[in-house]
Amino acid sequence: MAKRHLLSTADLTVDDANLILDTAQELASVAGRAIKKLPTLRGRTVVNLFFEDSTRTRISFETAAKRLSADVINFSAKGSSVSKGESLKDTALTLEAMGADAVVVRHWASGGAHRLANAGWIRSSVVNAGDGTHEHPTQALLDAFTLRQRLGSVAGRHVAIVGDVLHSRVARSNVHLLATLGAEVTLVAPPTLLPLGVEHWPCASSYELDPILPKCDAVMMLRVQRERMNQAFFPTEREYSRRYGLQAARMALLPQHAVVMHPGPMNRGLEISAEVADSVRSTVTEQVANGVSVRMAVLYLLLGGAESAIGNDEEGSAR
Amino acid sequence: MTTQSGARSAGLDPAAARAVLDGPAVDRALTRIAHEILERTGGAEDAVLLGIPTRGAVLGRRLGELISRFEGHAVPVGSLDVTMYRDDLRLKPARPLRRTEIPTGGVDGRLVILVDDVLFSGRTVRAALDALGDLGRPRAIQLAVLVDRGHRQLPIRADYVGKNLPTSMREAVEVHLSETDGRDCVLLGIKAGA
Amino acid sequence: MSGTSYVIKGARVLGEESRDLYVSDGAFAEAAPRGAKVIDADGCIALPGLVDLHTHLREPGREDAETVLTGTRAAAAGGFTAVHAMANTDPVADTAGVVEQVWRLGREAGYCDVRPVGAVTAGLKGERLAELGAMADSAARVRVFSDDGHCVSDAALMRRALEYVKAFGGVVAQHAQEPRLTEGAQMNEGELSGVLGLQGWPAVAEEAIIARDVLLAAHTGSKLHVCHLSTAGSVEIVRWAKSRGYPVTAEVTPHHLLLTEDLIRGYDPVYKVNPPLRSAADVEAVRAGLADGTIDAVATDHAPHPVEAKDCEWAVAAMGMVGLETALSVVQRTMVETGLLDWAGVADRMSARPARIGSVTGQGRSVATGEPANLVLIDPAAARVIEPGALYSLSHNTPYAGMKLPGAVVVTLLHGSATVLDGRVVER
Repeated sequence: MAKRHLLSTADLTVDDANLILDTAQELASVAGRAIKKLPTLRGRTVVNLFFEDSTRTRISFETAAKRLSADVINFSAKGSSVSKGESLKDTALTLEAMGADAVVVRHWASGGAHRLANAGWIRSSVVNAGDGTHEHPTQALLDAFTLRQRLGSVAGRHVAIVGDVLHSRVARSNVHLLATLGAEVTLVAPPTLLPLGVEHWPCASSYELDPILPKCDAVMMLRVQRERMNQAFFPTEREYSRRYGLQAARMALLPQHAVVMHPGPMNRGLEISAEVADSVRSTVTEQVANGVSVRMAVLYLLLGGAESAIGNDEEGSAR
Repeated sequence: MTTQSGARSAGLDPAAARAVLDGPAVDRALTRIAHEILERTGGAEDAVLLGIPTRGAVLGRRLGELISRFEGHAVPVGSLDVTMYRDDLRLKPARPLRRTEIPTGGVDGRLVILVDDVLFSGRTVRAALDALGDLGRPRAIQLAVLVDRGHRQLPIRADYVGKNLPTSMREAVEVHLSETDGRDCVLLGIKAGA
Repeated sequence: MSGTSYVIKGARVLGEESRDLYVSDGAFAEAAPRGAKVIDADGCIALPGLVDLHTHLREPGREDAETVLTGTRAAAAGGFTAVHAMANTDPVADTAGVVEQVWRLGREAGYCDVRPVGAVTAGLKGERLAELGAMADSAARVRVFSDDGHCVSDAALMRRALEYVKAFGGVVAQHAQEPRLTEGAQMNEGELSGVLGLQGWPAVAEEAIIARDVLLAAHTGSKLHVCHLSTAGSVEIVRWAKSRGYPVTAEVTPHHLLLTEDLIRGYDPVYKVNPPLRSAADVEAVRAGLADGTIDAVATDHAPHPVEAKDCEWAVAAMGMVGLETALSVVQRTMVETGLLDWAGVADRMSARPARIGSVTGQGRSVATGEPANLVLIDPAAARVIEPGALYSLSHNTPYAGMKLPGAVVVTLLHGSATVLDGRVVER
């Protein structure tokens, strides 16, 4: 049975993940052409349903859908019935009536995308563009794509994910995907920002950053919300930055080839110094460009055929 | 999402298939096509060979080698995946993409020779023409195929044909090449399950 | 109401040898009265009518979710003859007027003895005591006080409440939930909450309050009842308190006896409940606690919600699940079939002890001549697949939809009069 949705990287097999990354690789060339458009999803409608502001992610999905010639409808919580108290269900029914083939959903609640996909409200494919503190699968896919581009491969590489793991959907999606792709992952955070039971995740964890850095092929810095300070997750920005921030001195502990990643938007001076963010090791701008390719791949594989390619063995046909 | 190792294989019932071209015959056909290309294009000076993956790309590379051997200069060779331009995408699960490699120099103002293994309905070539249109503006486009099995559904014809092979709709044609399938041959048989 | 007489043939009282029971004038009688209706109870278990310490009837205020009438019909269908109506209505049951209204609605409906629970603090706000004495003295004769849904987290206020209710033999039923430790909490804190990205609801938030409260109960010498305890640690604390002779009782819900947090993986809010579904180890512990008497009672925490309160995202969904009509079946599955309790034990935990804790006169008595004829007959061999639409409750938010559960209530008698016959609620 085909998977019609992309809700969690935990649902992807290694073949699924590699197919998405390989497809993204081919689609990346479209960005370099005079006509940056493929006719593949002509006549299909992709709805960007954003219950939470994220201009970057929305634009990335919108660009991806438009490069595949899909019709794009942006439906954001601001200035729409969503903010006037219309329920997710009623919004979903509206989209269904409008004939949406795929709904790209960003929701502030964990499980928002799962609900939309599985509650029986709609028939369209659902792509999770970030749900609460749960998952953000396309971010992890573009991160893996970037790693593959920079390091040649993901398998066997050591990746540290540093910062507010507890509240990070990026961290969760990356842990699943990187483990599936054979990378070794270490989560680095103060004990207050590591989830309970993290010892059962397919990764290691550490309260200290410095001992981890020398063996890293990549360091992924997570955005730290300043308001966490008021909830006593850490004492001050200064102390957080000193213990877990990546500055030039700490970056020097990394092997020569290692890269520094950040899902953006960055808090320069908090989790990452400007010098590091702008260094040649930083992949931040590549990540943005790769986001479009990966999201094109996901939309193509979910919508391009009669049914989703995810989980399917393609049947050969002689001619 | 399983990637295919060899395209369009396993469609034939092996017991009922017979070889209509063997290895040497495939070689001879390609050699003849290479000579025809040189003849018709006056030395293939501005030609670019674009093979349609998987086996069309292999045939394109072979033709390129033959031409440079005969003529002493290299012809740019690339590949053009037409998956995203196909008109039958919605009839099947989404397919994995193959490589598109446009040689440096591009296609603008050049003679592009599309290369494929089998010409059948013409829909793949139609998709290739659309794909080319998004990549640039060739001076002219020609088509070379190893086998033309007839049953065209579009007004498309090949400029260079290795073998014209009359077939019925119940039959299937499979091209095997050593690079992808271990040996060169063209098989004709009944579609499995047909 | 008490006009009909019954001969109940071949009932196994508390699961013992089958015998005939006679009901006349609202009580169990020595012999068959003339003209008595015959009820064939062959193979059926007879238990005293069940008493629920924890029911949300939603009236007044949320009659779209449940009313006293619909809720007590559901209770009768589940074998209950008395329910305690929780105070978190709108307006809150924090005055004599509101508790008397609920009590009167219960009497008019006639399906259960409805015992209103009074709020501990005015408006459930946790700031100052409600007029506990006025509620105790009202026609509703309130004896159980609870801010259920909210924890009386202020230690000084809890102490005073415990002291104050001694004047009229009341009991404070605490919803043990440390508010600061559970801000924004969505599910049990553990490995799964980390994976699902749902904010954790740590066991310690429940246990810390229970630990404090049992010490306050000891200090004040007043009766504490722990609502819906859900963790292994809570069982341990109550067991310790009882071993010291502290005046503490506790209840567990059917869903905490059967369901675990693993059900939350699909984010279906039908499993969202307060306290949250816990781990398999916690389920084992509460079963053991109920079996050894550390936990005194099974209480349903029947919490009806309209469709829209559950047909939404997890985070915005209401907490709670209906339970009156499935409680006995869940107890049969989790306690009887496992050998942890016999039917006499079920009667003790679902009738005698809750009646005692709630000071409900005429309920939770033995099935013996002269006693009020509050009775439930169960066919233990029956099995039913739970269909939400077939429930008597106005709301259908059951976590057991599609699940096959054992046992079926065949007859319920309230003061000698049938509220359920042949497994169907009797219309009046």
